[in-house]
Amino acid sequence: MRRIMKHRLFWPLVALIVLIVINTIARPQFAKVTIQDGRLYGNLINILRNSAPLMLVSLGMTVVIATRGIDLSVGAIMAVSGAVALTIIDRSTDPNSLGTVLTALVVAILVSLVLGVWNGFLVSVLGIQPIIATLVLMLAGRGVALLITGGFITTVNSTPFEFVASGYILMLPFAFFISVAAITALGLVERRTALGVLTEAVGINPEASRLAGVRSRIIIWSAYAASGVLSGVAGIIYASNIRAADANAAGQFIELYAILAVVLGGTSLMGGKFSIAGTVVGVFIIQTLNSTILFLGVPSARSPVFFAFVVVIVVMIQSPQLHRFAGNLIRQVRSRGATDSTGDVEVPS
Amino acid sequence: MTSLETTPTTRSRTGQFVRNFVSRRAALIPTFAAIAILILLFIGAEIFLRGDFISPRNISALLLDNAYLLILAVGMTFVMVTAGIDLSVGSVMAFTGIWLAKLLVAGMSPVIAVPLIVLGGALIGLLIGVLVQYFDVQPFIASLAGLFLGRGLAYVVSLSSIKVEDTAVLWLQSTRLRLGDWYITPTGILALLVVLVGAYVMQFTRFGRTAYAIGGNEQSALMGLNVARTTVAVYVISGVCGGLAGLVLTAYSGAGYPRNGVGTELDAIAAVVIGGTLLTGGRGYVIGSMIGVFVYGTIKTIISFMGAEQSWMQIIIGSLLLLFIVIQRAIVARSDRRG
Repeated sequence: MRRIMKHRLFWPLVALIVLIVINTIARPQFAKVTIQDGRLYGNLINILRNSAPLMLVSLGMTVVIATRGIDLSVGAIMAVSGAVALTIIDRSTDPNSLGTVLTALVVAILVSLVLGVWNGFLVSVLGIQPIIATLVLMLAGRGVALLITGGFITTVNSTPFEFVASGYILMLPFAFFISVAAITALGLVERRTALGVLTEAVGINPEASRLAGVRSRIIIWSAYAASGVLSGVAGIIYASNIRAADANAAGQFIELYAILAVVLGGTSLMGGKFSIAGTVVGVFIIQTLNSTILFLGVPSARSPVFFAFVVVIVVMIQSPQLHRFAGNLIRQVRSRGATDSTGDVEVPS
Repeated sequence: MTSLETTPTTRSRTGQFVRNFVSRRAALIPTFAAIAILILLFIGAEIFLRGDFISPRNISALLLDNAYLLILAVGMTFVMVTAGIDLSVGSVMAFTGIWLAKLLVAGMSPVIAVPLIVLGGALIGLLIGVLVQYFDVQPFIASLAGLFLGRGLAYVVSLSSIKVEDTAVLWLQSTRLRLGDWYITPTGILALLVVLVGAYVMQFTRFGRTAYAIGGNEQSALMGLNVARTTVAVYVISGVCGGLAGLVLTAYSGAGYPRNGVGTELDAIAAVVIGGTLLTGGRGYVIGSMIGVFVYGTIKTIISFMGAEQSWMQIIIGSLLLLFIVIQRAIVARSDRRG
């Protein structure tokens, strides 16, 4: 039991399960999944579907944070990617052809890759602090997206494009499969090759790992590139969901929620050890919390108050100061209970 | 011969002076660069626009339109000098602004309402400061909690905008103290006062020097400085500035609106960085941040003069930010090499 509790996924998973249980008790229809026209419907399925953009962004953010960085530009990259894709589809003669849509998606993802590489260049080559390096694109990116769409909200009617967010395969939403594909790909690359270990090494001590022969520059650079690509795909899903490119609203605040998801999943912002599974759980916690807040009848605009308390509670639980305080408290209680036993000093691990 | 001899010496003397100045006052270079850019912007706008850009009316409006940002930038400078960051300022401003509107509509006297909202801002700052100092939370994350809290509370106060009809608060905005074509509003005076007090505290008090020391070196506790109290205090100051900015913005727009100030924290950070404050802490000037705000405001005015898309604003500010970071980076690398 102690070993299970020590596992770093323990608390995030407990939080998620508690949330789902509370929801199910409060409204039994929450956990209900029905089948209509060979498709699964229900709140849980919606959570799987709606979490896709946040999932992709958070996965990229996990790798960036593991290198001791942070990527604030993810929301802006989402906006650019959506704007590029929709402008290509909108200007084409046949918005409904699969070829057009595929071209649009490929171009949008390539543009996102370029933006990610730009971030990586600023951080790894010029050595600018990640917060500020990505702040540049966070500010300028939405401006670029507005220029691409000409300041309007571009809307399209394109069946293949709408499939990205609303389509179903094997009874499950297509967007969910995109999430799964991203999780699997990242998991394979990071955990079945040495890349994950190298990334953690760079995050724990960039200088030492460089001296040990790790090419930290290229690893940091590729982390930002990956974050760019994943944000680009997230932007496409978002645009496909609302069938429009909204340069102002696309991905707004998503960088904050993504960072929160990563932290909830037990990855430290100080870099180093990271957990992809933890991030996945973190994303589901946020999405479930969101759906809970909506169910409580709180206007979604007010939901940040709840998230503020979640952030405060989570960072306090993670804080070493509180651990020390709690450890002291437990030791005091114990020594008071067993005054005769002398060798009762426990070394905190 | 003599003339040939003297010219090189005077030249090398000037060169020596410049070199000395650069090495001793390296921290001032970004601020001077900001002043140079501000002057260039004014001259460029005067030449290429209609030729009436540098007018008393325009320059007076610059202070009036950016008073709230100026106040936020002062608070942000304090935080950034200690190597922290405060993402909450925009939403604290939104929260205090709409809360003020609500209190005034409910019939409360501004004499009570204004201190109350400033206290509200200070409390959010206190929360962030305590998280940063006593729980070792990164400033970015702690102030993120403040951002969420402020924005959420703004919507808790009201989901839609509230019109202010209180004469005392509107007076802050509508009064124009004129001197020829120049004018200044009480909101502008308030902003300048905040700048002056901020600059004084930063440069001439023990507190200010402690703030610089914390940014320069976290271990300054060794020197007998009160690190804990100062770290908490800079976030409280930033929260107070958020509250004052809420007052100014509500007076400026004549209403409280919960969506106000989305992204303003980024504008404030950009202005402070452009003004020469180093992100790694330890260097920066309140006056520099004021210049940064004016650069920001001038670009905004030029863009609206040209009738260009507002999207250019974001792109230009982003590029300018990049330019200044690279300049700073070069300076830091230089002084590091010097040891």
